[in-house]
Amino acid sequence: MSVGLEHFLILSAVLFAIGLYGALAKKNAVVILMCIEIMLNAVNIAMVAFAHYVDVISGQVFTIFIMVVAAAEVAVGLALIISIFRRKKTLDAEKFDILKW
Amino acid sequence: MFAAYTTIGAIAGSLILSIWAVISVNGTADHMLTNVSYQWLSIGDTTIYIGVMMDSLASIMVVTVSTISLLVQIYSIGYMKGDGGFIRYFAFMSLFTGSMLGLVMANNLLFMFLFWEGVGLCSYLLIGFWFHKPSAARAAMKAFMVTRLGDFGFLVAVILLYVKTGTFNISELHQLALAGVLSGSTLTWAAIGVFSGAIGKSGQFPLHTWLPDAMEGPTPVSALIHAATMVTAGVFLVARMFPVFASSETAITVVAAIGGFTAIFAASMGLVATDVKRVLAYSTISQLGYMMLGLGAVGMGYATGHLDEHHALGLGVAVGVFHLFTHAFFKALLFLGSGSASHATGTFDMRKMGGLRKVQPWTYATFVIGSLSLAGIWPLAGFYSKEGILHEAFEFAPVLFVLAMITVFMTAFYMFRAVFMTFHGEYRGGDESGHSHLHESPKVMIIPLVVLAAFAVFAGWLPVGNFLGSHHDYSFFSHLFSGLFVDPSWMAWVSIMLGVSGIGLAYAIYGKKVLSAQAIGRKMGPLHKLLVRKYFFDEMYEKYFLMRFLINGVFAVTQWVDTHIVDGAVNGVATVSLAGGKIMRRLETGQLQVYGLAIFIGVLVIIACLFIFS
Repeated sequence: MSVGLEHFLILSAVLFAIGLYGALAKKNAVVILMCIEIMLNAVNIAMVAFAHYVDVISGQVFTIFIMVVAAAEVAVGLALIISIFRRKKTLDAEKFDILKW
Repeated sequence: MFAAYTTIGAIAGSLILSIWAVISVNGTADHMLTNVSYQWLSIGDTTIYIGVMMDSLASIMVVTVSTISLLVQIYSIGYMKGDGGFIRYFAFMSLFTGSMLGLVMANNLLFMFLFWEGVGLCSYLLIGFWFHKPSAARAAMKAFMVTRLGDFGFLVAVILLYVKTGTFNISELHQLALAGVLSGSTLTWAAIGVFSGAIGKSGQFPLHTWLPDAMEGPTPVSALIHAATMVTAGVFLVARMFPVFASSETAITVVAAIGGFTAIFAASMGLVATDVKRVLAYSTISQLGYMMLGLGAVGMGYATGHLDEHHALGLGVAVGVFHLFTHAFFKALLFLGSGSASHATGTFDMRKMGGLRKVQPWTYATFVIGSLSLAGIWPLAGFYSKEGILHEAFEFAPVLFVLAMITVFMTAFYMFRAVFMTFHGEYRGGDESGHSHLHESPKVMIIPLVVLAAFAVFAGWLPVGNFLGSHHDYSFFSHLFSGLFVDPSWMAWVSIMLGVSGIGLAYAIYGKKVLSAQAIGRKMGPLHKLLVRKYFFDEMYEKYFLMRFLINGVFAVTQWVDTHIVDGAVNGVATVSLAGGKIMRRLETGQLQVYGLAIFIGVLVIIACLFIFS
């Protein structure tokens, strides 16, 4: 059995679904942040796979860009989480509800 | 002072231009110097024009208006000296004159209506010039409101005419009416609507109540209002629209009847008024009634087929406007004269005046000339113009002719009652506030009086009627060689006799005091009271129209609609959206993950939709 495009896409979809589940269902803010990273990387896998099979290099270049942005985003996200933790003494996302009426 | 010189310079300029206009109009074959329209607005397919028409009627009016206005403003320098609102006064006077000049030159009804309202506004501003006096503020409001009632009819009529004919242009409306395109009930109602505007502005019955109260303004304002600018606008409007009126027998009969009735009705109230300005005010209403009667009588002659179009149209305008022309001079003279008398005594109450003949010889002389002219004594101006009206009324409206003849007697009586009470006998003290230093007015006030007195004598000699396109002219020069008076000459004799006997009766009662005014008043008890209380019109309007009908009726209903329906709708919308917001905001939990879930579900729904509907 050879490994084809659909295998990569299935892997990407599974990873994305796992990430989405985690982002929506987990309580811990750090875990939510990690799950978002998983979703991002799932998309990266799909992008690289398409780039390979369509045979254009720009998909892979774009993936590098996304990883760079994601690194920055993680840094900002962690900084926010630390800041919130200092204020609230908790990482439970359900307690972060000041964005309501 | 600079304000006064500026406006006087400007009005002198327009007087020169007006005279030039008369000369130019006289030089043209059809007495139409110019009639041009310019595009003003264009809305969809509708184009609205503004335009100027300078024909014989307009040129006579501009000369009258600018002459009177010039003299009144010169007089005002003396009269208004030291008044805190000196500059404001001259500004308003100029605006007033300007509006009137625009009104008479407009060649379409909408444009004319604009100036018509301008005149109304200025009369409000000037009657209420001393607005710190509650009575003045009230009188101004009354003038504005009462004329507004008439203006409403005018506006409706203008719109009606536009809807039916598609034009505001006066010349076109004339042609449509004469050709019979515009006819039937449309024409009648439109003419009556236009006439209701004239009733309001010219103080005709039943909207006459504002004019006597308009005396609250400075006296020169009254002179201007009564002679040139405000009240003549109504007569001018009827003259301007004369072919339209004359084409509807009903409408023109209404004009004649209202005019004839107002003439005697107002004169009767003038018999007992004690304020000299009020006497003059009632006299104005009465004389305006004459003008309407003159227009109406000739129009009736045309409508009933006694006169052909060729003769009637010029004649009607000539008869009405000739009297307007002469009346402007002697009425302005009389008002300014009464102002001069009041300048010395500090009051307008004739019971407190008297004996001014000796201290104010110039004022006295000019006032008597004005009164003689108004009383229609030969050969003063008022005689000729009044003769024209009486003749036409005799021909075409005999009943109204009888009323007009009685009015001649009453006019002479009340004018000389005013003369004798003001200038003869002993001085009765003037105003209590100690303003008792009697003196003749300054030259700047006397000179306009003298000029106006000259006009009050000679204005009736000018062939205004011929100039206005009539084949029959009533002026002095026109029948100078064919006899003293127009045929039938008995009428002139009768009217002079009536005038003289009116003067005689006034002399007997107020000059010689052979007859006692009080005794006559007592004998006539209820009638006297009726006249003094002005036929209870003010009370009736106040009690029934204002209180019952307007305040308790219309206003109560509209207020209920306003608070419950209009405000209710606004408040209802606000309450519903507020309540909706209170419910909807529960959806905003602040939980980031709930929002995320909502976004996820939304994306799924969109994708599902794409699959299903594509």
